[in-house]
Amino acid sequence: MKKLLVLSTALTSFGLAAQADITVMSWGGSYETSQVEGYNKPYTAATGKNVTMMAVDNPATPIKAMVEAGNVTVDIADVEYADAIRLCDEGLVETIDPAMLPAGADGTPATEDFLPGAITDCAVASIVFSTVFAYDTTKFPEGPKTMADFFDTAKFPGKRGMRKGAKANLEMALMADGVPAADVYATLETPEGVDRAFAKLDTIKGDVIWWEAGAQPPQLLADGEVAMSTAYNGRIFAAAVTEGKPFQVVWDGQVYEYDVFVIPKGAPNLEEAKEWLKFATSTEQLAAQAAWISYGPARKSSAPLVGLFNDGKTEMGPHMPTSPENMTNALPSSFEFWADRDAELTERFNAWLAQ
Amino acid sequence: MAEMLTTADGIPLKAALARAQSRARRKALFLVLPLLIFTLLSFVLPIGAMMARSVHNPEFVASTDRGTGAVTPIMQNLKGWFDANPLGTEPDEAAYAALVADLAHLQETKASGSAGTRINYDLPGTLSLFKSGARGAGKLEPPFKESLLADDARWGDPKLWQAMRAATAGVTADFYLAALDRTRAADGSIVQAEENRQIYIKLFLRTFGLSALITFVCLLLAFPVAHLLATLPMAKSNLLMILVLLPFWTSLLVRTSAWMVLLQEQGVLNDSLVGLGLITEDQRLAMMYNTTGTIIAMTHILLPFMILPLYSVMRTIKPSYVRAARSLGATSWTAFRRVYLPQTLPGIGAGGLLVFILAVGYYITPALVGGASGRLISNMIADHMNDTLNWSLAAALSAILLAAVLILYWLYDRLVGIDKLKLG
Repeated sequence: MKKLLVLSTALTSFGLAAQADITVMSWGGSYETSQVEGYNKPYTAATGKNVTMMAVDNPATPIKAMVEAGNVTVDIADVEYADAIRLCDEGLVETIDPAMLPAGADGTPATEDFLPGAITDCAVASIVFSTVFAYDTTKFPEGPKTMADFFDTAKFPGKRGMRKGAKANLEMALMADGVPAADVYATLETPEGVDRAFAKLDTIKGDVIWWEAGAQPPQLLADGEVAMSTAYNGRIFAAAVTEGKPFQVVWDGQVYEYDVFVIPKGAPNLEEAKEWLKFATSTEQLAAQAAWISYGPARKSSAPLVGLFNDGKTEMGPHMPTSPENMTNALPSSFEFWADRDAELTERFNAWLAQ
Repeated sequence: MAEMLTTADGIPLKAALARAQSRARRKALFLVLPLLIFTLLSFVLPIGAMMARSVHNPEFVASTDRGTGAVTPIMQNLKGWFDANPLGTEPDEAAYAALVADLAHLQETKASGSAGTRINYDLPGTLSLFKSGARGAGKLEPPFKESLLADDARWGDPKLWQAMRAATAGVTADFYLAALDRTRAADGSIVQAEENRQIYIKLFLRTFGLSALITFVCLLLAFPVAHLLATLPMAKSNLLMILVLLPFWTSLLVRTSAWMVLLQEQGVLNDSLVGLGLITEDQRLAMMYNTTGTIIAMTHILLPFMILPLYSVMRTIKPSYVRAARSLGATSWTAFRRVYLPQTLPGIGAGGLLVFILAVGYYITPALVGGASGRLISNMIADHMNDTLNWSLAAALSAILLAAVLILYWLYDRLVGIDKLKLG
């Protein structure tokens, strides 16, 4: 009898341990690799818990369906900043108490160690990423230099790749049309400004191939399907450095923002998810991730720890969106603007696309 | 009066018969019960719930906690004012006082997102108005009309009041209006949406047009193949059948990706054309990420659904009929047109209906190879389900699609007769 009791207790605790493993929904590709290497492997080594990754085009989108259906299968989702605000407002994600986050390596409290705005009611930022455009150097020896060049198919012939959506495209169109980065959102707030952005997009509409997953632009460039494409800067970096592709990033007119972690309401392993979140967004882990992809860590204390790429020779600094020489004409994406106007402008964008 | 017929044990025959029949019916019901329950749970209920969403969206008057499922009534003061004052009443101080009280309540219950999102569907750009309004409502002093309008003049917009009045009802036809590119003006009348927002009618027409075209192309391609299958000797026709079925058994995604490899600008087909010197390097054809790509890939994927019903009908047509027609002096064309073709009509009807209905709801192929111009209404429904999270509009669009298909089915029944449909 005692034996049976011991056995069943062991089995139950084994069952619990297996349940405690968590699932993280993210963007796939080289970004997922950086998260596995930077967060998950050290986490498993430290705690013995397994982390499963799930890749989708945009992790913000399946959350509502999951929560509404009462069938939440992921514990953490990696989403864009504006989406996190929206999900938080709609009550689809858990609130997160910033006090639970560990202090920086130098002892600075988390609320001060994170970059401004990187912690919200429901989200904790991990990285700063940027939407840039990149081109194939074999196609243009004398390459494009400015955002306006991206829209100039006479000077730089060839197809363009762009993300299927309004966000970042409208900003880039305005910057290409001569609006200074500082005035972009003031312009977009007006109906004329939106018209102007769409009019600029009209000029290349026939030449655009629309992508949806972050892994597509490097693929489209490699296949020669497009001559240049907007892309997440880290994806281009990964393809260029690890696979030796002849891709060049143009930083002029980059649109940068935070990528954040949220916990969907009803996550199956809430406590475990919080443990993982604390671990992943600590100073060391954010710095460790930066050795795998060129996205800037969201903690100030991580910055000094960022050194070389995992090939041991590429300096990461110049490839980061926040590097001073890349910031000469850069636009911080406005989450206030997109949290409020996303639905409206997406609708307009879809109508424009169908015309 | 004749004596009542009874069974051997004295029960009236009629009653005994009824009892026996009802027992048989119960047994039959028992047999189909699993299927009935399955259909109910997996088909009728979800579709019904979705349809209900298209006319019923209470987010403005009830906020649901996603964690606990608890429902909190919100905007009740304003609802009371709307109930007491008919459409067309200019919002007075009492209305603004109700609105401010409700906004303050939204802030307490953290429900400004729920109420604002609902109004944002009708009047884009108002989500932020509700959020900032709820944040500031606690600090407002009477008279509320002046203080709220001073805070943000957009609160005085008659269209906003019209949208709020419509939303307090919970039950609304507005999502159907939106799905047909219509909207409501400030006085509640129905008007066309702005030109740069009109999209759905165009997409519905494109979806039905492309589906009809794909059905027609499928028929043209499938007819000779099915005829060959039906007339060849068994050994050869079996081999041919495998060639038809093999792609049918292959995953949809694999086939779509294969077409991407073949059709893209640097793809196999373009490379071959350039290699043969038929086109030059910069004349490469754009066969993907547009309507052409959608038509090619969907035709290929739906082809077996045309071939199989056609084949099953053609196999039963006796070759002697055509031979008889020929021997009576008909030309081969006349024999085909007057004798063979009419006999294949049930197969053409079945295949056509099957392919058309499948094409109308097709989603993954246009999403992958369609680009911008090859998008169909199903892609838009998916967008509203996943991206904009406007499920009520997605439900309204789906309901219209369903209704259109049912009408076609009804027309087919009236014109051809559904009993003539033959799937094999």
